[in-house]
Amino acid sequence: MSSESAVTGARRASGWALLVSELSVLFRRRRTNALLLALAAIPILIAVALRLSSSGPRAGRGPPFLDQVAQNGLFVGVTALVVAIPLFLPLTVGVVAGDTIAGEASHGTLRYLLVAPAGRARLLAVKYIGAAAFCVVAVLVVVVTGTLVGAALFPVGPVTLLSGDTIPVGEAFARFLAIAGYVTVSLLGLSAIGLFFSTLTDVPVGAMAATITFSVATQILGALPQLEGLHPWLFSHYWLAFADLLRQPISWESFGDNALLQVGYIALFGALALGRFLTRDVLS
Amino acid sequence: MTTAEFAIETAGLTKRFGAQTAVDGIDLAVPRGSVFGFLGPNGSGKTTSIRMMLGLVAPSNGTVSVLGREVPRHLPDVLPRVGALVEGPAFYPFLSGAANLHRLDTADRHASSSTRRARVSAALDRVGLSHAAGKKVHAYSLGMKQRLGIANTLLAPRELLVLDEPTNGLDPQGTREVRGLIRSLADSGSTVFVSSHLLTEIDQICTHAAVMSAGRLVAQGTLDELRGAGDAYVRVLTPDPYAARQTLRALGLGLEHPASERRTDDPARVADTELVLAPLGSIDLEPETIVAALIAGGVRVRGFSVERASLEDRFVALTGEGFDVVQ
Repeated sequence: MSSESAVTGARRASGWALLVSELSVLFRRRRTNALLLALAAIPILIAVALRLSSSGPRAGRGPPFLDQVAQNGLFVGVTALVVAIPLFLPLTVGVVAGDTIAGEASHGTLRYLLVAPAGRARLLAVKYIGAAAFCVVAVLVVVVTGTLVGAALFPVGPVTLLSGDTIPVGEAFARFLAIAGYVTVSLLGLSAIGLFFSTLTDVPVGAMAATITFSVATQILGALPQLEGLHPWLFSHYWLAFADLLRQPISWESFGDNALLQVGYIALFGALALGRFLTRDVLS
Repeated sequence: MTTAEFAIETAGLTKRFGAQTAVDGIDLAVPRGSVFGFLGPNGSGKTTSIRMMLGLVAPSNGTVSVLGREVPRHLPDVLPRVGALVEGPAFYPFLSGAANLHRLDTADRHASSSTRRARVSAALDRVGLSHAAGKKVHAYSLGMKQRLGIANTLLAPRELLVLDEPTNGLDPQGTREVRGLIRSLADSGSTVFVSSHLLTEIDQICTHAAVMSAGRLVAQGTLDELRGAGDAYVRVLTPDPYAARQTLRALGLGLEHPASERRTDDPARVADTELVLAPLGSIDLEPETIVAALIAGGVRVRGFSVERASLEDRFVALTGEGFDVVQ
């Protein structure tokens, strides 16, 4: 190989190999798989419980969409998502995002990645993309498992939207995937917060707990009417506001508002994480 | 590619953690092509210095140049040419040995993906770990992890290897292998910077050495220079140290710093005997003359020798003795 082509080869390899390695380490880890299994259990539990109970739930009780499930199994996925959004999804995201840098520090592998050299900014970017990939997979696991279990245990048919229109099964599934996309975007701000906490410590459990606590505290603030002025600035503000995606014609307005808010959080906490990580003494 | 005279050069390098000064203005010069021993007791600042050379820790003051380029500014150019084992091996316990090396190799953006598999297996082979390549690291012994850590430094040809306590946890066989490996690396033109608190190790493989004590660099040079800096010594084992010192002083011998006389692990020592050291300097006296003078002085001599200072004596003289970590 001529030296020139060796250089191009190295350039082609740059960046991507570390990302591929990060994703493969993340998703081959037993802990990640346990988290995903726990997420998959939510729609299964909901569907089985509903199937076994003789009287269906009355409209207006339990989580939203629950009363729809007995008529149409497609709703299991969305119902499970609504159940998982306040606590369970932030919890799993907190575990993965809080582990990003602190986990490497606690293994001692952070110093070897940096000496390799991974480059501090590049490593941080790869770690964030890994956490974001986990958000995508986590939400998809809930929706897809829910849809499959729903289809297995309940009748499936055209879906009646909130606006009263009825759409066929295929289009309904596309709408549910849009909701999955919405929820994924909702979790990206929290992932950036977890990444920042992870740069502050060598103890991954600390960063995980801080991220999860932060998420719960934010939702408590969001529930206090006295703090209404603050609410639009909380990253959890639009978490459950995806009803627009179940109307005809579909409205992307809340999707856009949510995305803009999350981008703000990613920029803020991404900058904080970068500022901290670029100057930090690695002593682990 | 730069061809600076020194593989590592520091000027006034200092690191403070709060009120504590871990590294205090060291001026280190590691010649290219040398096998350089970095000596010092635990806590003397060796690892902090190494972390500053590798850009893991920012200096509070002073500068470091590695392979002719100042770090941390030029780290991306420098680090791919450096292999490092820092403060013990560290790996993902849930990955196999080969998968760990693969992972760390992807972190280097200059490392070619197409040769990765071959380079990983060659590195494992070089440290004798091929048979355990597929085993999860949490099942590795300390010695195996240490070998894997050394394999990690060999994933690419390196101009400089920084090995922090490379034989830690290795059995005698493994220690010999590592010494052989270091020699072969040096023969192929790499500079090897080895930190250790094991003197015999440095004595056997190094061409140059530096000694750290309490954050300061107390000596550096070729091994012969370091040994030569200590003259021949008179060693007296006696239960009458006071009388012995008086006699020796009367013969015109200077007396060694008392710190180096305490608690020497000499097998010939009995509970109530003490070791008295006196550098012979330029005084030309036959050993038997000195013994006769000691006996005449009423000193009960239980052991006597005139010997050239070993590296260990120099080390102890420079850094103090015992388990008290210098603060």
